[in-house]
Amino acid sequence: MPFDHSNKALLRVDNLRIEIPGRRGTLVAVDDVSFHIGEGEVLGVVGESGAGKSLTGAAVIGLLEPPCRIAGGQIVFDGRRIDNLPYEKLRRIRGRHIGMVFQDPLTSLNPLYTVGRQLTETILTHTDMSEKGARKRAIELLQEVGIPAAERRVDQYPHEFSGGMRQRVVIALALCANPRLIIADEPTTALDVSIQAQIITLLKRLCREHGAAVMLVTHDMGVIAETADRVAVMYAGRIVEVGPVADVVLRARHPYTVGLMGSIPLVGHDVERLTQIDGAMPRLDAIPTGCAFNPRCPQAFARCRRERPELEPVGASEAACWLHGGAAERSGTDG
Amino acid sequence: MSAGDDKASLAEPGLGARMADGIRRFFDSDLWYSFTRSPVVVVSAVVTLIFVGSAVFAPLVAPYDPFDLAGIDLMDSEIPPVWTGGGDPRFLLGTDAQGRDMLSAVIYGARISLGVGFASVLFAMVLGVGLGLLAGYLGGTVDAVIMRIADVQLTFPAILIALLIDGLSRTVLPRDLHSDIWFYVLVLAIGLSFWVQYARTVRGSAMVERSKEYVQAARVIGIPPLLIMLRHVLPNVMGPVLVIATINLAIAVISEATLSFLGVGVPATSPSLGTLIRVGNDFLFSGSWWITIFPGAALALLVLAVNLLGDWLRDALNPKLR
Amino acid sequence: MIAFVVRRLLQSILVMLAVGFIAFSLFNYVGDPINNMVGQDTTLEQRQALRERLGLDDPFVVQYGRFLANAVQGDFGISYRHRRSVAELIAERAPATLELSLIAAALAFFIGVPMGVYTGLHRRGFLSQVFLTVSLIGISLPTFLIGILLILVFGVLAQDVNAAVGFTLVPQLPTFGRGDTVQLGWWSTGFLTKSGLLALILPSITLALFQMTLIMRLVRAEMLEVLRTDYIKFARARGLSNRAVNFGHALKNTLVPVITITGLQLGSIIAFALITEQVFQWPGMGLLFLQAITEVDIPVMAAYLMLVGFFFVIINLIVDLLYYVVDPRLRADKAVAAGHP
Repeated sequence: MPFDHSNKALLRVDNLRIEIPGRRGTLVAVDDVSFHIGEGEVLGVVGESGAGKSLTGAAVIGLLEPPCRIAGGQIVFDGRRIDNLPYEKLRRIRGRHIGMVFQDPLTSLNPLYTVGRQLTETILTHTDMSEKGARKRAIELLQEVGIPAAERRVDQYPHEFSGGMRQRVVIALALCANPRLIIADEPTTALDVSIQAQIITLLKRLCREHGAAVMLVTHDMGVIAETADRVAVMYAGRIVEVGPVADVVLRARHPYTVGLMGSIPLVGHDVERLTQIDGAMPRLDAIPTGCAFNPRCPQAFARCRRERPELEPVGASEAACWLHGGAAERSGTDG
Repeated sequence: MSAGDDKASLAEPGLGARMADGIRRFFDSDLWYSFTRSPVVVVSAVVTLIFVGSAVFAPLVAPYDPFDLAGIDLMDSEIPPVWTGGGDPRFLLGTDAQGRDMLSAVIYGARISLGVGFASVLFAMVLGVGLGLLAGYLGGTVDAVIMRIADVQLTFPAILIALLIDGLSRTVLPRDLHSDIWFYVLVLAIGLSFWVQYARTVRGSAMVERSKEYVQAARVIGIPPLLIMLRHVLPNVMGPVLVIATINLAIAVISEATLSFLGVGVPATSPSLGTLIRVGNDFLFSGSWWITIFPGAALALLVLAVNLLGDWLRDALNPKLR
Repeated sequence: MIAFVVRRLLQSILVMLAVGFIAFSLFNYVGDPINNMVGQDTTLEQRQALRERLGLDDPFVVQYGRFLANAVQGDFGISYRHRRSVAELIAERAPATLELSLIAAALAFFIGVPMGVYTGLHRRGFLSQVFLTVSLIGISLPTFLIGILLILVFGVLAQDVNAAVGFTLVPQLPTFGRGDTVQLGWWSTGFLTKSGLLALILPSITLALFQMTLIMRLVRAEMLEVLRTDYIKFARARGLSNRAVNFGHALKNTLVPVITITGLQLGSIIAFALITEQVFQWPGMGLLFLQAITEVDIPVMAAYLMLVGFFFVIINLIVDLLYYVVDPRLRADKAVAAGHP
């Protein structure tokens, strides 16, 4: 479904703008980004490194590191605005309502504490359970994420687990207070290819079982195609296309998305060569006027260099491209 | 980015133009920016330059020559600084027990202190980089031996090692010999405590480089691989080595001052700041405080400035903090 | 675990042997021991007889062995200068140095660590900037200069100022010697008398200041590093309280790597004590050693070296073992799939 500005969306991000003040001026890392995630929905956020997807995720959970800061727009979770909350209030939302999974399982876990200790600590922070109850719950969680011999392994240290196992522990930690939204920032990038599929399947299954929505940030289009319900494509800090995953993958509108799709090797399809998009994503201090993609776009024309396109409905999705949506005025629904 | 530059360099600009470009790039760099942004660091750099400048040009800067026995009059002894009652405008910072001008003594003292300091750091750098290169390139037993010596040496506090070397040389060597070579003994004693840091840094880089192809190629051609490696290893380690060197300079100056204060450093015939402090210490309670305080203040100021510079350099060159 | 301990013990013994070797070489080859021990009118025959009696013509290894055997039993011979057993001299002076070092170490640790943690947590606060400036001064001033300054303020100036204003505006503290001591067996302690305690104040501050600032900067740097790690970010992302994140996670991870260096620093206080002892004329081992150097009193020098070497080796050993106990990664008997990404 395109733009859902009803309050039914679990998470709504309106016109988010993230700036990085630097010594040579202020850089805009995320520029007027809007999207929403429904209850239990998996939204994939895909794009190259530096497109701003990780920053967006960090902003939602309130962990933007200075000097990055939110310079505009709002983030609404469950009907309440959260981007302007004081630290303490935001802290209570973290873990309990919004959870996060990071990329590198090795560095995500404190090497000096047992896995069980880290689990029980989180459980006790957010619930009223007793120590014993928390420990029991911790073991249950480990079993849920597929760690064998959970009763023994709950007292082991992170370095005693393999990479894939560690990421399972991380997922358990993110889920232990039953949050309604999980932000997964490149959860499988640091893992072996053979394990990536397992972890993604696990994540998807668990979130379904717990009823949690997922904001899945990745540069891997294949993962998105397998896992997400909807996908948002980001480029140079903007969303260029967003829609149901089947629609975007099979009927990509924006030339950048087309390029991304063409660069995935599909089993069973022989192609002469994989599509390669010429050039590279622009640096933050050198974003072109008009459409940010225009220098690399094989179908760019004059208007693309002058005016910046907004997201317009095209078919079942939305795309920000002058090839589609035509009308110079936006359709009046802005947040 | 790079495509355009390649085409331009086909025109080969002259050396002058390249140097001008390099200078321009330096002033445009992050390093210079962070330097100018911090007033404290700028002041430290200026102070250090003043010290180094007056040390190098001491004969021109100092109002008197404190070593010129003919120019000293015992009648001028223990005159307080010019701004106190009883001061003499001839001697801005007062005089010591022999009538020597304190300002000149401090300037020449700083010269000796800095001289020993720089020499020690240089010695340690050459020794450390050399040993590190050897250890990293040759590996095996050589590496093990060098690193073991480093470990054993680190278990001992540097000041004791320096004390031992210097104190012993004083007694073991005949007096004339010692008065000629005390400088080198001191530099050796202090420098020996620093080499390990350089060695470790360079060793790591050397170990990475030695397995690269250009080293094999050099061997085939007949050029000593060590020389080739030096050219490649040095740029990598320049930053950390510089930071270590600056911090070492401050420690070296302090060490020299301490040794001199304890009586085993620079002899009183050409006193460093530490020696001056020691000699002046006896007059502290009798009221002539300036004889020890001014050398002390100069020492503190110098080391503070160098430390601030070293701190800034370390933060500025640390890639993680950028 | 056992293998680790055994290995470290062997290493320590190796270091001690090396130190002993140096001490012994000093003993035998710096100047002529005989000349140092006898007066001028001793005849050649008497010298030769003495030489034989002391076994100075025996092969090197035999002499070295004898030296070591004696050293282990605490026999370091007779001091050239004081004409007394070196062991006796050291036993007399050791308590002074050890008490001073203990107080200084405690000061350095219990002030340095909290200050480091505070400035790490409150990076840009005003108080942090104050602490950092003070620490910079602490690192830049050589120990002896600090001592002299303290003497100036609390000794010389205090006298003059207090006389001028008529009351004790600036406390006047002892700047010389140890005060009154109480003898407990062979240990003379300054802790039990008022003058003894007062006398400890200036020297211990002097000795502690450098190490204190070093520790503070170390803890701060490590704390800042730790606060940037992913596991701290993840801990915050899980909604853990500030207290849990800062003290439960950050502090613990900060202190573990800091332990080794801190331990070594505190150990080096024993060596640096000699500077402070010189400034305040504190009658400890360090002052004895300094005098021995100028007087070329070889037995005392050798004994001091061995003793300090021994202390250092022990401290190194303890610190290594502590590290082993505290960091679970070192205890892994088998690194489970450490290579799997």
